[in-house]
Amino acid sequence: MQPFPFSAIVGQDEMKQAMILTAIDASIGGVLVFGDRGTGKSTAVRALAALLPPIKAIKGCPINSASAKDVPAWAALETKRAHETPTPVVDLPLGATEDRVTGALDIEKALTKGEKAFQPGLLARANRGYLYIDEVNLLEDHIVDLLLDVAQSGENVVEREGLSIRHAARFVLVGSGNPEEGELRPQLLDRFGLSVEVASPKDVETRVEVIKRRDAFENDNAAFMLRWQAEDAAIRDRILTARKALSKLKTPEKSLMDVAELCLALGSDGLRGELTLLKAARAYAAWRDDTALTRAHVRAVAPMALRHRLRRDPLDEAGSGTRVARTVEDVLG
Amino acid sequence: MADQNWTHATLALQLLRLDPGLGGICIRARSGPVRDRLTAMIDPAAQRLHPAVSDETLFGGLDLSATLASGHLVQEKGLLATSGTLILAMAERATTGLAARLAVALDKNNDHCLIALDEGAEPDEALNPKLAERLAFHVDLSDCAFGGTKGAHPSSATPLPVQDVTISAATIAQITRVAEELGIDSMRAPLFTIRAARAHAALQGRDRLLAEDVETACALTLAHRATRLPEPEAQEQDPPPPPQDQSNDADTQDGFDLPDELLLEAVRALLPDNLLEQLAAQRARAGRGNGTGAAHKGNRRGRPLPSRAGRISDGARIDIIGTLRAAAPWQTIRRNGSGHDGLHIRPADIRIKRFEEKSDRLLIFTVDASGSSALSRLAEAKGAVELLLAQAYARRDHVALVAFRGTEAELLLPPTRSLVQTKRRLAGLPGGGGTPLAAGMMTAFDQATQATRRGLTPTIAILTDGRANIALDGRADRKQAAEDAQHIARILRAHGTDAIVIDTGNRPEPALRKLAQTLDASYLPLPRADAERLSKSVATALGD
Repeated sequence: MQPFPFSAIVGQDEMKQAMILTAIDASIGGVLVFGDRGTGKSTAVRALAALLPPIKAIKGCPINSASAKDVPAWAALETKRAHETPTPVVDLPLGATEDRVTGALDIEKALTKGEKAFQPGLLARANRGYLYIDEVNLLEDHIVDLLLDVAQSGENVVEREGLSIRHAARFVLVGSGNPEEGELRPQLLDRFGLSVEVASPKDVETRVEVIKRRDAFENDNAAFMLRWQAEDAAIRDRILTARKALSKLKTPEKSLMDVAELCLALGSDGLRGELTLLKAARAYAAWRDDTALTRAHVRAVAPMALRHRLRRDPLDEAGSGTRVARTVEDVLG
Repeated sequence: MADQNWTHATLALQLLRLDPGLGGICIRARSGPVRDRLTAMIDPAAQRLHPAVSDETLFGGLDLSATLASGHLVQEKGLLATSGTLILAMAERATTGLAARLAVALDKNNDHCLIALDEGAEPDEALNPKLAERLAFHVDLSDCAFGGTKGAHPSSATPLPVQDVTISAATIAQITRVAEELGIDSMRAPLFTIRAARAHAALQGRDRLLAEDVETACALTLAHRATRLPEPEAQEQDPPPPPQDQSNDADTQDGFDLPDELLLEAVRALLPDNLLEQLAAQRARAGRGNGTGAAHKGNRRGRPLPSRAGRISDGARIDIIGTLRAAAPWQTIRRNGSGHDGLHIRPADIRIKRFEEKSDRLLIFTVDASGSSALSRLAEAKGAVELLLAQAYARRDHVALVAFRGTEAELLLPPTRSLVQTKRRLAGLPGGGGTPLAAGMMTAFDQATQATRRGLTPTIAILTDGRANIALDGRADRKQAAEDAQHIARILRAHGTDAIVIDTGNRPEPALRKLAQTLDASYLPLPRADAERLSKSVATALGD
């Protein structure tokens, strides 16, 4: 069954915006969606795949290389022709073993032909695309360590069973989870570019609309998909336009100052906060079809870019989103 | 007359068979004739799961022994690969990890349906909320007598396909409104209600909804999710939303008139009288940890457990002696059968080593060093710390000491197992001043979180004789101080940190008892506690 269309998701604007921003500029580095049960977290992430413009890749390449020279030797491809393929969105299931994530010895080849061959794992398939982890806060520690390392270096190194293989593994992490069930290590939190918190809609009209659309999706699928796929296509086109506009976007010195002041005032660790905030603000400006970065853009994306980079204060029940919003008011006025 | 819950349970099973997209049902009942009678109605082809089910069984994987034997890759199919009904026995023991895996499977595939048999004896043993959320129905059969049960009577009509049942926009809106009225946040609930209403109509062979379909669906899917009692008087002040536009279009109305109040009443009839108390208890439970960290069973390290028959999987260690012992009796037969000499070991002989690893415990003494009695109390606390440490090697305890006085708290002894270091550090401690209880608990909480990260299981022991009188920000404000203390107590409880409150005052202090309640901790009034009694009571309270 096709996933629920992205554009048909009612409300949850911040979450949708964050996903669109990473689609415009993959270097922002992924989205983390945290929220209660039944708020459409998983739906939105699964819908993302349909939204992403296709990429050019070498046909049959296990790591979706863009050009023939990037194809690893172990892939043993006969022809190296490029073709257009959908952006890979790879699901990392909670139960995945280390072998499946990093890749391992190809047992079939080893047994039948006596060859030592490498069987690529999920990280290879996710190269140049998205890696989606549902319930990211419940992921086992050793898999998290592994992901952190690869996400940092952009390269997957496999040294096991007599194999010594390295291949590119640059992917955008998308995670979702319910914070009540477990926390995320700060190191992993930091790897996500943007983070959004979602909640159930509070007014009856919105809720009714959600239910109606979902019901139509389940019981009148063909007509529903036809209607919303057109909208999805429109968003996809706008993403492509924004990608092109991104390089021409002007970034005035003043906005850089705003970004730095904001991060200083919030006391976010490291410089990753500034960089992500700047990139997200630029992507947002490109999405809005503006020609230069302004304070309004920074203000709009500050909560999602910085929310998860604050030192946790267990006494502040308001949540870090509110803290960011307060500081934005103070600093940017 | 059949028991109402029983009727609901059988009806729910029928609906599930018609539309597995309803996710499933959670049946809360101890095993017994009532439950047996109900499970007999479940599809006999259903697959059974247990809470310790491994990922390989669920998702499938490489069948190593078959692969080695046949020379080509043999993949095993997991239980989730085939769609159908799954029965999860002892569902209350399912870990968060298993619940998450099953939840993802239910989300992705509409053909799976899960029947969770929840045998929880205590109110705080229940199916993981993440999983419960994805099951449309929840029936409690614990009070259902066998006399109240009867076989399901098959509906006289032939069921229609569920998709053929039409539902109007007005009914969808009404169901959503009712769910909202009952304080149900999740959007899955009304979706389940709509599905259940359709399935109920389809079961009777109708392609249009009747009032009874909606009513039954609401009762079945919403009652157990309600978080507040709908208030009839509130409805009068705030008139219900204006009736849907009266065009009487056949598309917007289902041809029956069912006021919201009637639907709410149908649900309310099923709500327990003490809903609010139950909810309060649930909220407390929701914050409890899921018990990970206390004892891990693994196959890597720790105290060895008896080895067990198993499969060679990722990371498992083979117990060679055990394997040989299991294979030994069969050697003659196998040798004769195959004609080969040498050792014959079959996959069934393989024994896997198992270890149990107990995580170390950290006792954080949080001691009131304020006021006049501070010196003696501190001295006794120090004595207790030393006594506990002296026995610590056997129990793998670490100890830390936090003292609070004046306006702040101080970590006097960082977590340690060293008796010598403790004695040196604890020599000479100042006392006197106000009682910044909240600050002390805060410091203890910091230590506890750090300890959890290092794999220790922390327990906080609070020793005080009085009420908090210094707020977190250092002001002398009794009211604020008490509120701060309660606040931190709630945070501690939400993190599932164990605690004990020891009241060393001459008279038991009600405020401390309340604090212990908030912490879900045991409360020990110990006037004039000496080190000996202190360490003994702490050890008892911790269940040694």
